[in-house]
Amino acid sequence: MTELKSKILDILKEDARREPALIATMLGKEEAEIKQAITEMEREKVIVKYVPVINWNKADDDKVTALIEVQITPERGRGFDAIAERIYLYPEVKTVYLMSGSYDLQVEIEGRTLREVADFVSTKLSTIDSVLSTKTHFILKKYKQDGIILEDHQDDHRMLISP
Amino acid sequence: MTVPSSSSMQRYLTETVRDIPPSGIRKFFDLVSASKDIISLGVGEPDFITPWRVREACVYGLEQGKTTYTPNSGLLELREEIASYLHKSFAVTYEPSNQVMVTIGGSEAIDLALRALVSPGDEVLVPEPSYISYSPIATLSGGKAVGIETSAKHQFKLQAEQLKQHITPKSKVLILCYPSNPTGGAMTYEDWLPIAKVVEENDLIVISDEIYAELTYGHKHVSFAAMPGMKDRTILVSGFSKAFAMTGWRLGYACGHPDLIAAMLKIHQYTVMCAPVMGQIAAIEALRNGLEEKDQMVESYNQRRRLVVKGFREIGLECHEPQGAFYAFPSIQSTGLSSEEFAQRLLQEGRVAVVPGHVFGKGGEGFVRCSYATSISQLNEALDRIGSFVSKFEKAPI
Repeated sequence: MTELKSKILDILKEDARREPALIATMLGKEEAEIKQAITEMEREKVIVKYVPVINWNKADDDKVTALIEVQITPERGRGFDAIAERIYLYPEVKTVYLMSGSYDLQVEIEGRTLREVADFVSTKLSTIDSVLSTKTHFILKKYKQDGIILEDHQDDHRMLISP
Repeated sequence: MTVPSSSSMQRYLTETVRDIPPSGIRKFFDLVSASKDIISLGVGEPDFITPWRVREACVYGLEQGKTTYTPNSGLLELREEIASYLHKSFAVTYEPSNQVMVTIGGSEAIDLALRALVSPGDEVLVPEPSYISYSPIATLSGGKAVGIETSAKHQFKLQAEQLKQHITPKSKVLILCYPSNPTGGAMTYEDWLPIAKVVEENDLIVISDEIYAELTYGHKHVSFAAMPGMKDRTILVSGFSKAFAMTGWRLGYACGHPDLIAAMLKIHQYTVMCAPVMGQIAAIEALRNGLEEKDQMVESYNQRRRLVVKGFREIGLECHEPQGAFYAFPSIQSTGLSSEEFAQRLLQEGRVAVVPGHVFGKGGEGFVRCSYATSISQLNEALDRIGSFVSKFEKAPI
């Protein structure tokens, strides 16, 4: 990763809608150079997608999110990957991480109701042969997500003119 | 017993205070405050909030009951951190025990230095456009402020010849502020060399306000105190306001020859005693663990600086490239307006606040100070509005 690409990612992480021309100005580079770097990162899947960070609490769209600790038996030859794939292909599953520590996979599931999430865990996740156990934790409130404080109360209190 | 009327109270005031004009920035502040829905580029402070780890250190200190006076010159632990930081960052070495003192903002340090150095009639040289307080503080200390006009032609850098021309037998102190508020001008080692020569030849003492030292772009700040032979002639003033986004904490420091620091300390101990302990605890954390966040802020200012300079140039306003601080100082002469008229009309017609350049002294007329310490989206919107406003004027020959 070049320094330029790293800086572009920092800028896009702050606001993914920033145009290459603006990024070029901010970094003192040519627009073509920025476009090329972004294209390369998109092709290499460094940049996977541009999505907004949504505070669903404010969107009046009640969703239920659960973090599930999953213990599994790895498969010979494919380790944890095959089971992880079986899990992450479900659309309800938002993230899957392989973890160190007392469990193997952390799975984030999103559903419209508690019942929907519970059903998914009991009928889909727990019934996979290699799954030894699950422990479900419901998220009650999100304060910070991907480095962004969702309920940011820090307004600009500066005087309009100061020396 | 009769109570003197408000106007007659004037007679009790000293002539010095009466004669100092009110700050031009204050006047403009009142005008801006009465306006609504404006974007302000007039703010001379970071738009970041003090990093949480720094704020948290203060809170923790309070919880532990750290609420007492500190030594007059500040907590030794903080002075050690300051000395170590200056040594590592700018290659200037000070002994924490007697060459470093903690003050209530850089402003107090400048006031103390002038009060310790200036006798009635002494001349204080101030390259202008400059921070608005230097000349009034020099006057309040009994001295005579002598402005030296710097120009956009030299990126507002002080020229040795100019300095020489303003030196008289009464000249005693030179106040330097680079990177500069309001111009963003900064000095290199080569720029400093001839200045240092003039300082030495004329036996001047320098107060070097380096509050923006960390905010330089594309080059490393060169402290005037680090120039050969200048350390003992220089009182280095700095603080935590700009680099660590700690304006409201009012925490600064001064470093210099032990005799000068001792003299300043004498005034400090009889007036304010010491800087608040909470801020000092926070500052220790800032220097120990806040440097990475400081670097991120500087990178962000740099990105906005490029955006603003390019924006002004595209609008048709000449703008030298600021090398430090977080101000752009574009020329508005092409509009045919004075800087005061430009700022007032831009505020009323374009809903953008900038500070008219003349309030910063000689050489400021024809320019406006624009702080880019605000978000990219606000800057973009402000540039759009300024562009629409400027397009009303036919381009006058510069």
